[in-house]
Amino acid sequence: MDFFLNLKLVSLRKISEVKMSCKRLFSLFLLVFALAGTSVSALAQTEATPVASPAAESEAPKEGKGLNISQVIFGHVADAHEWHIFSIGETPVALPLPVIIYHPEKGFSVFSSSKIAEGESYEGYHLDKGGMKEKIVSEDGAKITDLSITKNILAMLVSAVILMLLMTSAAKKYKAAGAMKAPKGFQNALEVCIIFIRDEVAKPNLGHKYKKYLPLLLTIFFFIWINNLFGLFPGGANFTGNIAVTACLALVSFLVMLFSANKHYWGHMFNPPGVPFGIKLLLVPIEIISMFIKPVALTIRLFANMLAGHIIILSVICMIFIFGMLNKYVGIGFIPVSVAFSVFMFMVELLVAAIQAFIFATLTAVFIGQAIEENHSEETGQEYHVNESEIIA
Amino acid sequence: MELLTPELGLFFWTLVAFLIVLFVLRKFAWKPILNSLGEREKGIADSIAAADNLKKEMSQMKAENEKVMAQAREERAQMLKEAKEMKDRIVNEAKDQAKAEANKIIVDAQQQIQQQKMAALTEVKNEIGTLAVEVAEKILRKSLATAEAQDSYVNMLAEDIKLN
Repeated sequence: MDFFLNLKLVSLRKISEVKMSCKRLFSLFLLVFALAGTSVSALAQTEATPVASPAAESEAPKEGKGLNISQVIFGHVADAHEWHIFSIGETPVALPLPVIIYHPEKGFSVFSSSKIAEGESYEGYHLDKGGMKEKIVSEDGAKITDLSITKNILAMLVSAVILMLLMTSAAKKYKAAGAMKAPKGFQNALEVCIIFIRDEVAKPNLGHKYKKYLPLLLTIFFFIWINNLFGLFPGGANFTGNIAVTACLALVSFLVMLFSANKHYWGHMFNPPGVPFGIKLLLVPIEIISMFIKPVALTIRLFANMLAGHIIILSVICMIFIFGMLNKYVGIGFIPVSVAFSVFMFMVELLVAAIQAFIFATLTAVFIGQAIEENHSEETGQEYHVNESEIIA
Repeated sequence: MELLTPELGLFFWTLVAFLIVLFVLRKFAWKPILNSLGEREKGIADSIAAADNLKKEMSQMKAENEKVMAQAREERAQMLKEAKEMKDRIVNEAKDQAKAEANKIIVDAQQQIQQQKMAALTEVKNEIGTLAVEVAEKILRKSLATAEAQDSYVNMLAEDIKLN
């Protein structure tokens, strides 16, 4: 994760060095700053709250002046049991969310997160905000299962409902207008994406069987994309930058791959043709490991990319307060730079949101394509080569 | 490293939600959209194919027309040629016939002229003969009118006759 972060920071620095010299861009930054002034102040308020909050104080802040940057950042990128919107003074304004806990002895218990928000305990549970992530712990020390509707889950449910409404309304247009009518408006924009996934992702990787897997690929693409985009809203949940989410999506595509794998695929895995026995002993474990590495690669790629993006934006914003700690005027002076950086990062993240969704869908298609591949001995080697390089990338 | 440990709750709900989204979208969105797209693409491809066919047919018809035209032109030329030949032949035949007829007429005329010339000559000859006889008679009658002339003539004749 650090690696990704560094990589992004380095590239960001390089790019910004070049761009900062450009006058036009600078004036654009100023304009954006002027326009976004209000939202920035709102953001700043959110960022500023942990400075005063007692939780941050107790964390033994490194800066020594009450600002714990890692606490702020990880508080924003991590999941939470309530949807914290902003704070007025020291009272946080948050949307309480249902907590659902399964206790092996006591069974299910459901209550509002506002009951445990301030560290108090309720029904023998309390919220542990000690680490990077908050966690509900049972006071009797039992291993509980937390199925709460957290911030991420609520955000996902909202975006899932919006996604379903958007797509079904577009589908209705097709039914209403008939197939031969030219698409209009949102339907047109959507169609470009669908055709792109069909022609650039499904068809080249899956061959003539693409129709069977196209709904899955489309769902993966749009589900990830819309969640990536909603995650970029200020106050939005970092849903796709959570490893549980990406692991779940990767598991789905892995299971689809496993269940659609044909005899040819398993044959190549457990008994590679034309390979001496000694090498087979070496090759089969590698093949098996590589099979399991695929979903892991999917998981980590999406997770790390989205998380890193969020962390960079938050870090850039936090720079204002780090400089503000040194000197109030330095902090104010740094605002345009910081905002320019974060606007640039937002642009990049908008792109990354689509690219990561596309990559996830493409790699799913590639993995399924490998699993359902028919016997073409010449093509196999080449495709394998491409796939390996893609995984490294 | 806490960020790298997945929470079960989030995992569970994501799975549930994703599967619901997958099934709902598959049934109510992707299926109609993809079907419509396929239908439209097929329709467009069919239309293009139909237009192509039409174009091909048109060009075929055009070629046929041209072929027919060329044939007609050729036939016309042939007919013209034949007509000319026939005309020439007829003219030539007529010329030949006329020439033959004329020759015949000339020959006949010449024969007739010859015949009439001969007849006239014969008549002139007969006339001249008769005239000569008459003149001779008249001369004889005149020269032998006297007795002495008759005697001298008889003498002369008698002298010619030599009794050998």
